[in-house]
Amino acid sequence: MQIYLPIAEVSVNAFLLLGLGGGVGVLSGMFGVGGGFLMTPLLFFIGIPPAVAVATEANQIVASSFSGVLAHLKRKTVDLRMGVVLLVGGLIGATLGVQVFNLLKAMGQVDLLVRLCYVVFLGVVGGLMFVESLSALRRARRPGGPPPKRKQRTWVHNWPLKMKFRTSGLYISAIPPLLVGAVVGVLSAIMGVGGGFIMVPAMIYLLGMPTKVVVGTSLFQIIFVTGFATLLHATTNFTVDVVLAVLLLVGGVVGAQVGTRIGVRLKAEQLRILLAGMVLLVCGKLALDLLLTPAELYSLATEGGH
Amino acid sequence: MRALILGLAVAVGLHTSAMAEEVVLGLSQDEVAITATFDGSDILIFGAVKREAPALNDPPLDVVIAITGPNKPVTVRKKDRRFGIWVNTEAVEIDQAPSFYAVATTRPLDVALSNTEDLRHRVSLDQAVRTVGAAEVTDDVDAFLDALQRIRMDEGTYQVREGAVALDEQTLFRTSLTLPADLTEGDYSTRIFLTRGGAVVDSYETTIDVRKVGLERWLYNLAHTQPLVYGLMSLAIAIAAGWLASAAFGLLRR
Repeated sequence: MQIYLPIAEVSVNAFLLLGLGGGVGVLSGMFGVGGGFLMTPLLFFIGIPPAVAVATEANQIVASSFSGVLAHLKRKTVDLRMGVVLLVGGLIGATLGVQVFNLLKAMGQVDLLVRLCYVVFLGVVGGLMFVESLSALRRARRPGGPPPKRKQRTWVHNWPLKMKFRTSGLYISAIPPLLVGAVVGVLSAIMGVGGGFIMVPAMIYLLGMPTKVVVGTSLFQIIFVTGFATLLHATTNFTVDVVLAVLLLVGGVVGAQVGTRIGVRLKAEQLRILLAGMVLLVCGKLALDLLLTPAELYSLATEGGH
Repeated sequence: MRALILGLAVAVGLHTSAMAEEVVLGLSQDEVAITATFDGSDILIFGAVKREAPALNDPPLDVVIAITGPNKPVTVRKKDRRFGIWVNTEAVEIDQAPSFYAVATTRPLDVALSNTEDLRHRVSLDQAVRTVGAAEVTDDVDAFLDALQRIRMDEGTYQVREGAVALDEQTLFRTSLTLPADLTEGDYSTRIFLTRGGAVVDSYETTIDVRKVGLERWLYNLAHTQPLVYGLMSLAIAIAAGWLASAAFGLLRR
Protein backbone atom coordinates (compact mmCIF):
# COMPACT_ATOMS: atom_id res chain seq x y z
CA MET A 1 0.00 0.00 0.00
CA GLN A 2 1.54 3.31 -1.11
CA ILE A 3 1.34 6.30 1.21
CA TYR A 4 2.17 9.85 0.21
CA LEU A 5 4.21 11.65 2.88
CA PRO A 6 3.09 15.30 3.21
CA ILE A 7 6.41 16.80 4.30
CA ALA A 8 8.88 14.50 2.55
CA GLU A 9 6.75 14.76 -0.63
CA VAL A 10 7.49 11.21 -1.68
CA SER A 11 5.29 8.16 -1.95
CA VAL A 12 6.44 5.04 -0.10
CA ASN A 13 5.20 1.57 0.73
CA ALA A 14 3.52 1.61 4.17
CA PHE A 15 4.36 -2.03 4.96
CA LEU A 16 8.03 -1.49 4.17
CA LEU A 17 8.11 1.34 6.71
CA LEU A 18 6.24 -0.72 9.32
CA GLY A 19 8.76 -3.53 8.83
CA LEU A 20 11.76 -1.24 9.05
CA GLY A 21 10.37 0.34 12.22
CA GLY A 22 9.73 -3.08 13.75
CA GLY A 23 13.19 -4.44 12.96
CA VAL A 24 15.02 -1.44 14.29
CA GLY A 25 12.67 -1.35 17.31
CA VAL A 26 13.67 -4.89 18.32
CA LEU A 27 17.35 -3.89 18.27
CA SER A 28 16.54 -0.72 20.18
CA GLY A 29 14.82 -2.62 22.99
CA MET A 30 17.54 -5.27 23.15
CA PHE A 31 20.55 -3.01 23.30
CA GLY A 32 19.26 0.31 24.62
CA VAL A 33 20.31 2.13 21.49
CA GLY A 34 17.89 4.46 19.74
CA GLY A 35 18.53 2.73 16.45
CA GLY A 36 19.02 6.04 14.64
CA PHE A 37 22.42 5.02 13.35
CA LEU A 38 20.69 2.15 11.52
CA MET A 39 17.40 3.75 10.58
CA THR A 40 18.68 7.06 9.21
CA PRO A 41 20.88 5.45 6.50
CA LEU A 42 18.01 3.04 5.69
CA LEU A 43 15.63 5.96 5.17
CA PHE A 44 18.15 7.66 2.85
CA PHE A 45 18.28 4.41 0.95
CA ILE A 46 14.52 4.20 0.29
CA GLY A 47 14.50 7.77 -1.01
CA ILE A 48 13.47 9.98 1.92
CA PRO A 49 15.22 13.37 1.68
CA PRO A 50 18.10 13.39 4.22
CA ALA A 51 16.89 16.44 6.16
CA VAL A 52 13.45 14.85 6.64
CA ALA A 53 14.95 11.46 7.50
CA VAL A 54 17.17 12.86 10.27
CA ALA A 55 14.40 15.01 11.82
CA THR A 56 11.69 12.36 11.64
CA GLU A 57 14.02 9.70 12.95
CA ALA A 58 14.56 11.78 16.08
CA ASN A 59 10.79 11.80 16.63
CA GLN A 60 10.53 8.07 16.10
CA ILE A 61 13.34 7.37 18.57
CA VAL A 62 11.35 9.25 21.24
CA ALA A 63 8.53 6.72 20.85
CA SER A 64 10.59 3.55 20.82
CA SER A 65 12.79 4.75 23.70
CA PHE A 66 9.76 5.71 25.77
CA SER A 67 8.20 2.31 25.19
CA GLY A 68 11.48 0.64 26.12
CA VAL A 69 11.97 2.76 29.24
CA LEU A 70 8.52 1.84 30.57
CA ALA A 71 9.42 -1.84 30.29
CA HIS A 72 12.72 -1.19 32.07
CA LEU A 73 11.08 0.91 34.78
CA LYS A 74 8.88 -2.06 35.67
CA ARG A 75 11.99 -4.17 36.14
CA LYS A 76 13.66 -1.34 38.09
CA THR A 77 16.59 -1.35 35.70
CA VAL A 78 16.71 2.43 35.19
CA ASP A 79 19.11 4.53 37.24
CA LEU A 80 17.08 7.75 37.21
CA ARG A 81 19.71 9.69 39.14
CA MET A 82 22.45 8.72 36.72
CA GLY A 83 20.10 9.41 33.80
CA VAL A 84 19.48 12.98 34.96
CA VAL A 85 23.20 13.64 35.42
CA LEU A 86 23.92 12.27 31.93
CA LEU A 87 21.04 14.29 30.52
CA VAL A 88 22.36 17.57 31.95
CA GLY A 89 25.69 16.85 30.31
CA GLY A 90 23.92 15.79 27.13
CA LEU A 91 21.95 19.00 26.73
CA ILE A 92 25.10 21.10 27.26
CA GLY A 93 26.91 18.91 24.72
CA ALA A 94 24.09 19.07 22.17
CA THR A 95 24.05 22.86 22.30
CA LEU A 96 27.82 22.88 21.72
CA GLY A 97 27.45 20.27 18.99
CA VAL A 98 24.99 22.40 17.03
CA GLN A 99 27.55 25.23 17.04
CA VAL A 100 30.28 22.87 15.81
CA PHE A 101 27.93 21.55 13.14
CA ASN A 102 27.16 25.02 11.82
CA LEU A 103 30.88 25.84 11.79
CA LEU A 104 31.60 22.73 9.72
CA LYS A 105 28.70 23.55 7.42
CA ALA A 106 30.15 26.99 6.75
CA MET A 107 33.46 25.32 5.88
CA GLY A 108 31.74 22.85 3.52
CA GLN A 109 32.24 19.08 3.52
CA VAL A 110 29.95 18.51 6.49
CA ASP A 111 28.64 15.44 4.68
CA LEU A 112 32.02 13.78 4.59
CA LEU A 113 32.82 14.67 8.19
CA VAL A 114 29.58 13.10 9.38
CA ARG A 115 30.41 9.93 7.47
CA LEU A 116 33.97 9.83 8.77
CA CYS A 117 32.62 10.39 12.30
CA TYR A 118 30.35 7.37 11.82
CA VAL A 119 33.12 5.12 10.49
CA VAL A 120 35.64 6.10 13.17
CA PHE A 121 33.28 5.95 16.15
CA LEU A 122 31.38 2.88 15.08
CA GLY A 123 34.67 1.16 14.26
CA VAL A 124 36.39 1.99 17.55
CA VAL A 125 33.36 1.36 19.77
CA GLY A 126 32.37 -1.82 17.96
CA GLY A 127 35.90 -3.20 17.86
CA LEU A 128 36.59 -2.56 21.55
CA MET A 129 33.28 -4.08 22.63
CA PHE A 130 33.74 -7.09 20.42
CA VAL A 131 37.20 -7.91 21.78
CA GLU A 132 36.18 -7.28 25.39
CA SER A 133 32.99 -9.31 25.32
CA LEU A 134 34.69 -12.15 23.45
CA SER A 135 37.31 -12.49 26.19
CA ALA A 136 34.58 -12.20 28.84
CA LEU A 137 32.71 -15.06 27.18
CA ARG A 138 35.87 -17.17 27.07
CA ARG A 139 36.56 -16.45 30.73
CA ALA A 140 33.04 -17.51 31.68
CA ARG A 141 33.36 -20.79 29.75
CA ARG A 142 36.71 -21.81 31.20
CA PRO A 143 35.98 -24.07 34.18
CA GLY A 144 37.80 -23.39 37.42
CA GLY A 145 39.17 -20.10 36.24
CA PRO A 146 39.27 -17.06 38.50
CA PRO A 147 35.88 -15.34 38.78
CA PRO A 148 35.70 -12.07 36.86
CA LYS A 149 36.31 -8.99 38.93
CA ARG A 150 33.00 -7.41 39.97
CA LYS A 151 34.06 -3.82 39.99
CA GLN A 152 37.22 -2.22 38.81
CA ARG A 153 38.40 0.85 40.63
CA THR A 154 39.68 3.22 37.98
CA TRP A 155 40.77 6.84 37.96
CA VAL A 156 37.11 7.70 37.70
CA HIS A 157 36.56 6.78 41.33
CA ASN A 158 38.99 9.28 42.78
CA TRP A 159 37.38 12.53 41.59
CA PRO A 160 35.54 14.99 43.87
CA LEU A 161 31.76 15.72 43.94
CA LYS A 162 30.89 12.16 44.79
CA MET A 163 27.32 10.98 44.38
CA LYS A 164 25.60 7.77 45.34
CA PHE A 165 23.96 5.96 42.40
CA ARG A 166 22.07 3.27 44.27
CA THR A 167 20.52 1.45 41.30
CA SER A 168 23.91 1.11 39.65
CA GLY A 169 25.60 0.29 42.95
CA LEU A 170 28.13 3.06 42.40
CA TYR A 171 29.57 5.78 44.58
CA ILE A 172 31.48 7.96 42.14
CA SER A 173 32.07 11.56 41.22
CA ALA A 174 29.34 13.29 39.17
CA ILE A 175 31.94 14.76 36.81
CA PRO A 176 32.64 11.65 34.66
CA PRO A 177 28.95 11.02 33.82
CA LEU A 178 28.54 14.73 33.06
CA LEU A 179 31.50 14.56 30.70
CA VAL A 180 30.27 11.35 29.06
CA GLY A 181 26.85 12.97 28.55
CA ALA A 182 28.41 16.10 27.07
CA VAL A 183 30.68 14.21 24.65
CA VAL A 184 27.77 12.06 23.51
CA GLY A 185 25.62 15.20 23.18
CA VAL A 186 28.20 16.84 20.90
CA LEU A 187 28.51 13.73 18.76
CA SER A 188 24.77 13.13 18.54
CA ALA A 189 24.20 16.70 17.37
CA ILE A 190 26.84 16.29 14.67
CA MET A 191 25.84 12.79 13.62
CA GLY A 192 22.09 13.27 13.98
CA VAL A 193 21.44 10.25 16.20
CA GLY A 194 20.48 9.60 19.82
CA GLY A 195 24.01 8.46 20.60
CA GLY A 196 23.11 5.26 22.45
CA PHE A 197 25.77 3.24 20.67
CA ILE A 198 28.43 5.47 22.22
CA MET A 199 26.63 5.98 25.52
CA VAL A 200 26.14 2.29 26.28
CA PRO A 201 29.82 1.27 26.04
CA ALA A 202 30.89 4.47 27.82
CA MET A 203 28.62 3.62 30.75
CA ILE A 204 29.87 0.05 30.90
CA TYR A 205 33.58 0.63 30.49
CA LEU A 206 34.18 4.16 31.74
CA LEU A 207 31.63 4.42 34.54
CA GLY A 208 31.58 0.72 35.43
CA MET A 209 27.78 0.46 35.50
CA PRO A 210 26.17 -3.00 35.37
CA THR A 211 25.02 -3.87 31.81
CA LYS A 212 21.39 -4.52 32.86
CA VAL A 213 21.00 -0.98 34.26
CA VAL A 214 22.88 0.62 31.39
CA VAL A 215 20.24 -0.15 28.76
CA GLY A 216 17.29 1.42 30.59
CA THR A 217 19.29 4.44 31.72
CA SER A 218 20.57 5.06 28.22
CA LEU A 219 17.02 4.89 26.81
CA PHE A 220 15.85 7.29 29.53
CA GLN A 221 18.27 10.02 28.53
CA ILE A 222 17.82 9.38 24.79
CA ILE A 223 14.09 10.27 25.10
CA PHE A 224 14.95 13.79 26.20
CA VAL A 225 17.83 14.44 23.83
CA THR A 226 15.86 13.28 20.76
CA GLY A 227 12.67 15.02 21.95
CA PHE A 228 14.67 18.25 22.13
CA ALA A 229 16.07 17.58 18.66
CA THR A 230 12.58 16.92 17.23
CA LEU A 231 11.29 20.27 18.45
CA LEU A 232 14.39 22.03 17.12
CA HIS A 233 13.99 20.45 13.67
CA ALA A 234 10.23 21.09 13.56
CA THR A 235 10.52 24.77 14.43
CA THR A 236 13.60 25.69 12.39
CA ASN A 237 13.65 23.41 9.34
CA PHE A 238 9.99 22.19 9.12
CA THR A 239 11.37 18.73 8.31
CA VAL A 240 9.52 16.46 10.76
CA ASP A 241 7.13 14.26 8.76
CA VAL A 242 4.52 13.07 11.21
CA VAL A 243 3.00 10.52 8.80
CA LEU A 244 6.41 8.93 8.28
CA ALA A 245 7.03 9.05 12.03
CA VAL A 246 3.72 7.33 12.84
CA LEU A 247 4.39 4.51 10.36
CA LEU A 248 7.88 3.98 11.74
CA LEU A 249 6.88 4.18 15.39
CA VAL A 250 3.92 1.81 15.18
CA GLY A 251 6.44 -0.81 14.07
CA GLY A 252 9.06 0.61 16.40
CA VAL A 253 7.19 0.53 19.70
CA VAL A 254 6.02 -3.04 19.16
CA GLY A 255 9.53 -4.04 18.16
CA ALA A 256 11.02 -2.35 21.23
CA GLN A 257 8.74 -4.36 23.54
CA VAL A 258 9.75 -7.60 21.87
CA GLY A 259 13.39 -6.55 21.96
CA THR A 260 13.35 -5.73 25.65
CA ARG A 261 12.02 -9.21 26.42
CA ILE A 262 14.67 -10.88 24.27
CA GLY A 263 17.33 -8.71 25.90
CA VAL A 264 16.37 -9.83 29.41
CA ARG A 265 16.76 -13.50 28.45
CA LEU A 266 20.24 -13.05 26.96
CA LYS A 267 23.46 -13.00 28.97
CA ALA A 268 25.20 -9.65 29.27
CA GLU A 269 28.22 -10.85 27.28
CA GLN A 270 26.04 -12.19 24.48
CA LEU A 271 24.13 -8.92 24.36
CA ARG A 272 27.35 -6.95 24.09
CA ILE A 273 28.86 -9.18 21.44
CA LEU A 274 25.71 -8.92 19.31
CA LEU A 275 25.64 -5.14 19.60
CA ALA A 276 29.35 -4.99 18.74
CA GLY A 277 28.77 -7.14 15.65
CA MET A 278 25.96 -4.92 14.47
CA VAL A 279 27.91 -1.73 15.02
CA LEU A 280 30.86 -3.18 13.08
CA LEU A 281 28.55 -4.22 10.24
CA VAL A 282 27.18 -0.70 9.79
CA CYS A 283 30.69 0.69 10.09
CA GLY A 284 31.92 -1.66 7.36
CA LYS A 285 29.09 -0.70 5.04
CA LEU A 286 29.79 3.01 5.48
CA ALA A 287 33.54 2.50 5.02
CA LEU A 288 32.92 0.59 1.79
CA ASP A 289 30.77 3.46 0.50
CA LEU A 290 33.71 5.78 1.00
CA LEU A 291 36.26 3.42 -0.56
CA LEU A 292 34.49 1.85 -3.53
CA THR A 293 33.98 3.72 -6.78
CA PRO A 294 30.35 4.88 -6.76
CA ALA A 295 28.08 3.92 -9.67
CA GLU A 296 26.90 7.50 -10.05
CA LEU A 297 29.52 10.17 -9.44
CA TYR A 298 26.96 12.94 -9.27
CA SER A 299 24.30 13.50 -6.63
CA LEU A 300 21.38 15.90 -6.38
CA ALA A 301 20.29 18.00 -3.45
CA THR A 302 17.29 20.29 -3.53
CA GLU A 303 17.08 23.19 -1.14
CA GLY A 304 15.65 22.07 2.18
CA GLY A 305 12.25 23.38 3.20
CA HIS A 306 10.12 25.58 0.99
CA MET B 1 9.28 50.80 -53.09
CA ARG B 2 6.21 49.23 -54.60
CA ALA B 3 8.01 45.87 -54.70
CA LEU B 4 8.80 46.17 -51.01
CA ILE B 5 5.18 46.88 -50.09
CA LEU B 6 4.05 43.97 -52.19
CA GLY B 7 6.63 41.76 -50.51
CA LEU B 8 5.37 42.84 -47.10
CA ALA B 9 1.79 42.18 -48.10
CA VAL B 10 2.69 38.69 -49.27
CA ALA B 11 4.54 38.05 -46.03
CA VAL B 12 1.59 39.25 -43.94
CA GLY B 13 -0.78 37.23 -46.07
CA LEU B 14 1.26 34.10 -45.65
CA HIS B 15 1.45 34.73 -41.97
CA THR B 16 -2.29 35.04 -41.55
CA SER B 17 -2.91 31.91 -43.57
CA ALA B 18 -0.46 30.07 -41.33
CA MET B 19 -2.19 31.51 -38.28
CA ALA B 20 -5.46 30.06 -39.50
CA GLU B 21 -4.65 26.83 -37.70
CA GLU B 22 -5.60 26.88 -34.05
CA VAL B 23 -5.31 24.40 -31.16
CA VAL B 24 -8.39 23.31 -29.29
CA LEU B 25 -7.34 21.42 -26.19
CA GLY B 26 -8.87 18.97 -23.79
CA LEU B 27 -7.43 17.49 -20.60
CA SER B 28 -8.85 14.46 -18.83
CA GLN B 29 -8.27 16.40 -15.62
CA ASP B 30 -6.86 19.82 -14.91
CA GLU B 31 -6.47 19.17 -11.20
CA VAL B 32 -4.43 16.51 -9.45
CA ALA B 33 -5.33 15.96 -5.82
CA ILE B 34 -2.55 14.53 -3.67
CA THR B 35 -4.29 12.43 -1.06
CA ALA B 36 -2.69 10.16 1.55
CA THR B 37 -2.81 7.22 -0.82
CA PHE B 38 -1.71 9.16 -3.92
CA ASP B 39 0.18 6.80 -6.19
CA GLY B 40 0.84 8.80 -9.32
CA SER B 41 -1.69 9.81 -11.93
CA ASP B 42 -2.33 9.41 -15.64
CA ILE B 43 -3.51 12.41 -17.56
CA LEU B 44 -4.91 12.19 -21.06
CA ILE B 45 -4.13 15.23 -23.19
CA PHE B 46 -6.15 15.48 -26.38
CA GLY B 47 -7.27 18.11 -28.81
CA ALA B 48 -7.99 19.13 -32.34
CA VAL B 49 -6.70 21.58 -34.91
CA LYS B 50 -9.29 24.13 -35.99
CA ARG B 51 -8.77 25.60 -39.44
CA GLU B 52 -10.69 27.63 -42.05
CA ALA B 53 -9.00 26.33 -45.19
CA PRO B 54 -8.17 22.71 -46.06
CA ALA B 55 -4.92 21.52 -44.49
CA LEU B 56 -1.68 21.84 -46.39
CA ASN B 57 0.31 18.67 -46.75
CA ASP B 58 3.74 20.16 -47.04
CA PRO B 59 5.37 20.84 -44.71
CA PRO B 60 3.53 18.37 -42.48
CA LEU B 61 1.89 19.39 -39.23
CA ASP B 62 3.58 18.48 -35.93
CA VAL B 63 2.34 18.68 -32.37
CA VAL B 64 4.68 19.31 -29.43
CA ILE B 65 3.35 19.05 -25.88
CA ALA B 66 5.51 20.27 -22.99
CA ILE B 67 4.62 20.04 -19.30
CA THR B 68 6.78 21.73 -16.72
CA GLY B 69 6.43 21.50 -12.96
CA PRO B 70 7.35 24.27 -10.49
CA ASN B 71 10.98 25.33 -10.58
CA LYS B 72 13.21 24.19 -7.72
CA PRO B 73 16.92 25.02 -7.69
CA VAL B 74 19.11 21.93 -7.37
CA THR B 75 22.68 21.52 -6.21
CA VAL B 76 24.53 18.89 -8.23
CA ARG B 77 27.62 17.51 -6.52
CA LYS B 78 30.41 15.50 -8.06
CA LYS B 79 32.48 12.95 -6.20
CA ASP B 80 36.20 12.51 -6.66
CA ARG B 81 38.78 10.24 -5.08
CA ARG B 82 40.88 12.10 -2.55
CA PHE B 83 43.31 10.33 -0.19
CA GLY B 84 41.76 7.02 -1.18
CA ILE B 85 38.17 7.91 -0.29
CA TRP B 86 35.33 9.31 -2.39
CA VAL B 87 34.58 12.88 -1.50
CA ASN B 88 32.19 15.50 -2.90
CA THR B 89 34.56 17.90 -4.56
CA GLU B 90 32.71 20.12 -6.99
CA ALA B 91 29.18 21.46 -6.67
CA VAL B 92 27.12 23.41 -9.16
CA GLU B 93 23.84 25.07 -8.35
CA ILE B 94 21.39 24.74 -11.21
CA ASP B 95 18.94 27.59 -10.71
CA GLN B 96 16.54 26.63 -13.50
CA ALA B 97 15.51 23.06 -12.84
CA PRO B 98 11.82 22.14 -12.97
CA SER B 99 10.77 19.53 -10.42
CA PHE B 100 8.92 17.78 -13.26
CA TYR B 101 9.36 17.95 -17.00
CA ALA B 102 7.78 16.02 -19.85
CA VAL B 103 7.76 16.62 -23.55
CA ALA B 104 5.83 14.54 -26.07
CA THR B 105 5.96 15.03 -29.83
CA THR B 106 4.67 13.53 -33.06
CA ARG B 107 8.15 13.33 -34.61
CA PRO B 108 11.68 13.76 -33.18
CA LEU B 109 11.88 17.10 -31.39
CA ASP B 110 14.64 18.55 -33.56
CA VAL B 111 12.49 17.89 -36.64
CA ALA B 112 9.23 19.15 -35.17
CA LEU B 113 10.75 22.30 -33.68
CA SER B 114 13.54 24.41 -35.14
CA ASN B 115 16.39 25.61 -32.97
CA THR B 116 15.24 29.20 -33.09
CA GLU B 117 11.73 28.31 -31.99
CA ASP B 118 13.12 26.11 -29.24
CA LEU B 119 15.22 29.02 -27.97
CA ARG B 120 12.22 31.31 -28.09
CA HIS B 121 9.77 29.01 -26.32
CA ARG B 122 12.24 27.02 -24.21
CA VAL B 123 10.74 23.64 -24.99
CA SER B 124 13.54 21.06 -25.09
CA LEU B 125 15.06 19.62 -21.93
CA ASP B 126 18.32 21.48 -22.53
CA GLN B 127 16.36 24.72 -22.58
CA ALA B 128 14.26 23.86 -19.53
CA VAL B 129 17.25 22.93 -17.37
CA ARG B 130 19.71 25.79 -17.34
CA THR B 131 22.06 27.59 -15.07
CA VAL B 132 23.33 31.13 -14.89
CA GLY B 133 26.78 31.96 -13.60
CA ALA B 134 27.96 28.45 -12.84
CA ALA B 135 30.78 28.78 -15.36
CA GLU B 136 32.83 30.53 -12.67
CA VAL B 137 32.68 27.50 -10.39
CA THR B 138 33.69 24.83 -12.86
CA ASP B 139 34.62 24.80 -16.52
CA ASP B 140 32.51 21.73 -17.15
CA VAL B 141 28.98 22.86 -16.38
CA ASP B 142 27.55 20.69 -19.15
CA ALA B 143 28.62 17.52 -17.37
CA PHE B 144 26.65 18.64 -14.32
CA LEU B 145 23.59 19.53 -16.40
CA ASP B 146 23.82 16.14 -18.13
CA ALA B 147 24.07 14.39 -14.77
CA LEU B 148 20.96 16.17 -13.51
CA GLN B 149 19.03 15.20 -16.64
CA ARG B 150 20.26 11.61 -16.50
CA ILE B 151 19.37 11.11 -12.82
CA ARG B 152 15.93 12.69 -13.18
CA MET B 153 15.19 10.69 -16.34
CA ASP B 154 16.02 7.48 -14.48
CA GLU B 155 13.63 8.55 -11.70
CA GLY B 156 10.89 9.28 -14.25
CA THR B 157 10.53 12.93 -13.23
CA TYR B 158 11.96 14.00 -16.58
CA GLN B 159 10.40 12.38 -19.63
CA VAL B 160 11.23 12.88 -23.29
CA ARG B 161 8.77 10.94 -25.45
CA GLU B 162 9.36 11.63 -29.10
CA GLY B 163 6.67 10.17 -31.32
CA ALA B 164 4.29 9.63 -28.41
CA VAL B 165 1.66 12.06 -29.71
CA ALA B 166 -0.79 10.42 -32.10
CA LEU B 167 -2.03 12.75 -34.85
CA ASP B 168 -4.96 11.68 -37.11
CA GLU B 169 -5.81 13.37 -40.37
CA GLN B 170 -3.73 16.38 -39.34
CA THR B 171 -6.60 17.27 -37.05
CA LEU B 172 -7.00 15.12 -33.97
CA PHE B 173 -4.13 14.55 -31.56
CA ARG B 174 -3.80 12.83 -28.22
CA THR B 175 -1.20 11.55 -25.79
CA SER B 176 -1.20 10.30 -22.24
CA LEU B 177 1.12 11.38 -19.50
CA THR B 178 2.15 9.56 -16.35
CA LEU B 179 2.72 11.77 -13.33
CA PRO B 180 4.96 9.94 -10.83
CA ALA B 181 3.97 9.42 -7.19
CA ASP B 182 6.73 11.70 -5.92
CA LEU B 183 5.04 14.88 -7.07
CA THR B 184 5.76 18.37 -5.81
CA GLU B 185 2.66 20.52 -5.51
CA GLY B 186 2.24 23.63 -7.61
CA ASP B 187 1.14 24.77 -11.03
CA TYR B 188 2.21 22.49 -13.84
CA SER B 189 2.40 24.58 -17.00
CA THR B 190 1.08 22.68 -20.00
CA ARG B 191 1.95 24.01 -23.43
CA ILE B 192 0.86 22.74 -26.84
CA PHE B 193 2.64 23.87 -30.02
CA LEU B 194 1.45 23.31 -33.58
CA THR B 195 4.40 23.46 -35.91
CA ARG B 196 4.99 23.25 -39.62
CA GLY B 197 8.53 22.81 -40.92
CA GLY B 198 9.89 23.52 -37.47
CA ALA B 199 8.09 26.87 -37.14
CA VAL B 200 5.41 27.40 -34.48
CA VAL B 201 2.02 27.99 -36.11
CA ASP B 202 -0.06 28.22 -32.99
CA SER B 203 0.38 27.56 -29.31
CA TYR B 204 -1.87 27.14 -26.32
CA GLU B 205 -1.03 27.26 -22.65
CA THR B 206 -2.91 26.03 -19.62
CA THR B 207 -2.01 24.77 -16.15
CA ILE B 208 -2.61 21.54 -14.33
CA ASP B 209 -3.15 22.28 -10.69
CA VAL B 210 -1.37 19.80 -8.40
CA ARG B 211 -2.47 20.21 -4.77
CA LYS B 212 -2.35 18.34 -1.53
CA VAL B 213 -5.84 17.83 -0.11
CA GLY B 214 -7.44 16.63 3.13
CA LEU B 215 -5.13 15.37 5.85
CA GLU B 216 -2.03 15.96 3.72
CA ARG B 217 -2.99 19.61 3.26
CA TRP B 218 -3.80 20.08 6.95
CA LEU B 219 -0.53 18.56 8.19
CA TYR B 220 1.56 20.49 5.68
CA ASN B 221 -0.07 23.79 6.66
CA LEU B 222 0.24 23.08 10.37
CA ALA B 223 3.93 22.21 10.01
CA HIS B 224 4.61 25.52 8.31
CA THR B 225 2.29 27.91 10.11
CA GLN B 226 2.37 26.45 13.64
CA PRO B 227 5.71 24.61 13.79
CA LEU B 228 5.84 24.51 17.60
CA VAL B 229 2.33 23.07 17.87
CA TYR B 230 3.19 20.60 15.12
CA GLY B 231 6.42 19.59 16.89
CA LEU B 232 4.66 19.13 20.22
CA MET B 233 1.92 17.13 18.51
CA SER B 234 4.55 14.86 16.96
CA LEU B 235 6.14 14.35 20.37
CA ALA B 236 2.78 13.68 22.01
CA ILE B 237 1.98 11.05 19.37
CA ALA B 238 5.37 9.45 19.94
CA ILE B 239 4.97 9.33 23.72
CA ALA B 240 1.39 8.05 23.47
CA ALA B 241 2.36 5.33 21.02
CA GLY B 242 5.26 4.28 23.24
CA TRP B 243 3.00 4.09 26.29
CA LEU B 244 0.25 2.25 24.40
CA ALA B 245 2.62 -0.42 23.16
CA SER B 246 4.06 -0.87 26.63
CA ALA B 247 0.60 -1.09 28.21
CA ALA B 248 -0.64 -3.52 25.55
CA PHE B 249 2.31 -5.83 26.07
CA GLY B 250 1.86 -5.55 29.82
CA LEU B 251 -1.73 -6.82 29.43
CA LEU B 252 -0.61 -9.60 27.11
CA ARG B 253 1.86 -10.93 29.66
CA ARG B 254 -0.75 -11.15 32.37
